[in-house]
Amino acid sequence: MEPVGDFDLEYAAALESTAPVRLGSQYGLFVEGEMVEPAAGRLAPTVNPATGEALAEVSVADAADVDRAVAAARTAWEGGWRDLPGAERAKYLYRVARLLQERAREFAVLETMDGGKPIRESRDLDIPLAAAHFFHYAGWADKLDYAFSGRRAAPLGVAAQVIPWNFPLLMAAWKLAPALACGNTAVLKPAPTTPLTALLLAEVLRDAELPPGVVNIITGDDAAGAALVAHPGVDKVAFTGSTEVGRAIAAEMAGTGKRLTLELGGKAANIVFDDAALDQVTEGIVNGIYFNGGQVCCAGSRLLVQETVADTVVGKLQRRMDTLRVGDPLDKNTDIGAINSQAQLDRITELVASGVAEGAELYTPDCVLPERGFFHAPALFTNVSTAHRIAQEEIFGPVLSVLTFRTAEEAVAKANNTPYGLSAGIWTEKGSRILWMADQMQAGVVWANTFNRFDPASPFGGYRESGYGREGGRAGLLPYVELVA
Amino acid sequence: MSDRLVVNKTYKQFIGGAFERSESGRSYPVAGVGGELLANAVQGSRKDVRDAVAAARSAQGGWAGRTAYNRGQILYRVAEVMESRRDEFSAEVARAGDGCSDEAAAQETTAAIDRWVWYAGWADKFATVLGGANPVAGPYFNLSVPEPVGVVGIVGFGEPPLLPLVSRLAPVIVSGNTAVVLASERCPLVAITLAETLALSDVPSGVVNIITGHRDELVPPLAGHVAVDSLDLTGCEPDMAADASRQAAATITRVVSASAAERQWADESAQSPYLIDAFCETKTVWHPKGR
Repeated sequence: MEPVGDFDLEYAAALESTAPVRLGSQYGLFVEGEMVEPAAGRLAPTVNPATGEALAEVSVADAADVDRAVAAARTAWEGGWRDLPGAERAKYLYRVARLLQERAREFAVLETMDGGKPIRESRDLDIPLAAAHFFHYAGWADKLDYAFSGRRAAPLGVAAQVIPWNFPLLMAAWKLAPALACGNTAVLKPAPTTPLTALLLAEVLRDAELPPGVVNIITGDDAAGAALVAHPGVDKVAFTGSTEVGRAIAAEMAGTGKRLTLELGGKAANIVFDDAALDQVTEGIVNGIYFNGGQVCCAGSRLLVQETVADTVVGKLQRRMDTLRVGDPLDKNTDIGAINSQAQLDRITELVASGVAEGAELYTPDCVLPERGFFHAPALFTNVSTAHRIAQEEIFGPVLSVLTFRTAEEAVAKANNTPYGLSAGIWTEKGSRILWMADQMQAGVVWANTFNRFDPASPFGGYRESGYGREGGRAGLLPYVELVA
Repeated sequence: MSDRLVVNKTYKQFIGGAFERSESGRSYPVAGVGGELLANAVQGSRKDVRDAVAAARSAQGGWAGRTAYNRGQILYRVAEVMESRRDEFSAEVARAGDGCSDEAAAQETTAAIDRWVWYAGWADKFATVLGGANPVAGPYFNLSVPEPVGVVGIVGFGEPPLLPLVSRLAPVIVSGNTAVVLASERCPLVAITLAETLALSDVPSGVVNIITGHRDELVPPLAGHVAVDSLDLTGCEPDMAADASRQAAATITRVVSASAAERQWADESAQSPYLIDAFCETKTVWHPKGR
């Protein structure tokens, strides 16, 4: 930002201290309540995407390790967890929630170091919401008889849970809390690039005195994840990640009779009508697409703006983008942190290049990116057609595509013109239009005059190729129970 | 019986509200208990399946757009019309496949009629039971509602031919889904008689479409169709269900199959609001509260 008069309005860096984090140099697998060496002894580095430097080495599980973890989960299930009174399961989960709250700062800093997201987000959203999830589902554990009319909820057994890198601890909480509350045991596999908060969670689970084997955490590459979901000893698979991998898992599990839930990709429309409060809208759009650098499955990556206000909205957006601070994710002023990995940065860069090549017009603020690490400036495309790749494919980065519409019907048609159906945004001051539009959206979550809100009591999950099953609230119990008459 | 010759019924497929032969021109013989010819059923083709899916797709918005009260009345009307034709249904059940006693056939018909009544009553209640307000930690209105998933492909259970069909169809359409049903291959006739009942019961054209013919020919085009949003594979043998599920995976199509308890067709365990839910999506809407 330019100095104004004699005053330099540039912020000084406000770095969060890394002191609470005690990194190990090597990490094992969490199996049967212990940190154990991987069978083949393979290790791989996990990298801080803001520096490109390795933080630690973590184990790469192989098929033998998966066997061992699944066996531990099975033993724990049959050996007591499935028969434990709900009130006792609840108390374990409450302990986990409290321990997470107590160590929240440590988790937030570690999450930011390992994943690259701004500390403001890991501190204010990821970690508190993860704790809240355990707290919410703790309360369900002894109330399952009240959740489903006329049916008893029985646990399924061993749940295999594979989670992504964009909200590492939060996704672990979304998976583990309902599974455990319903009386299942679990084998959790964090993403290859973000294993560290899951491994720190293992410490919390041990401190909570959770019986050994109820939760097992195995780190590793995609092959380890594939071995886990294909393992004959698991009764349920829950996966959050790309639609491409979701398809492969669904095909792999065809005919096995195992239960499956998928939370996959998205290409959400954020729809702005001409009567909306445009300053609020601007903040909402920015939050919708630049939150976590757009590495969010429900990101509002397609802006549909009514033609009459399109120029105004784009102008406001560009001015707001000029003030976004891209840089060190540990800086409390940072709005957009690091992209999670070089591979993801390459994908974003490639899709942005395709937008330019296909004739869309790129706007990006004049910001200086750090010299090392993986960063991408916020980007906005105008002159986008619905056929462009940037309007069709999930970019998973800070890239917004702007399209226009004239009538509500046209907005609906364009919003639903995608195989995905995870989320949608609606901005208008007219209540009846909000409710009509919400009805028309083929999306599991509809945010009206807000965007990217999450809560443990609120079901989250997609229509169509965004997957099936819900996480959060009572609906989030269903994937982990069998309803018995 | 006098010397009057009986007028036999031609059993056609039910697509988009019309009774039609297959575009392929084919038929296959359906045998009764003693091996006698009951009728020549239509041997549907992949093109018939595609036509049925198209009819279901175009009817879905309108059906879901009806009020829940209206859908409930229409399902109840199906029960009324079935009741008035119960002797015909019972006779068809008794002579289909391996057959059964007149008494058992009458029970099967009664249970099927009562199942329509049970689901009719859910039309304006399941959203209350399955959805609701979520108390989120912030100044937001937050509501979850179940919505129909869209077009559902149902592979009908073999025998008995009536009650399982009704038990799987009613929970699919009560929420606003439309359906493409593959009738029992061996006992398809009663499904067509049910279609005639639906046509007389104010069920809009295209809401239920029924194809008869060979499973191995009809399941793949149904399971692989991109416009089919969910599949009920209750009537599939394991190998066929696995193949269909693999096809469904390509478009992340939801696959459902009846549990053992749900296959106790005459029991209350075969009916549940969670069966309605199995063919719904949960939509959650947020809005800020403020002055």
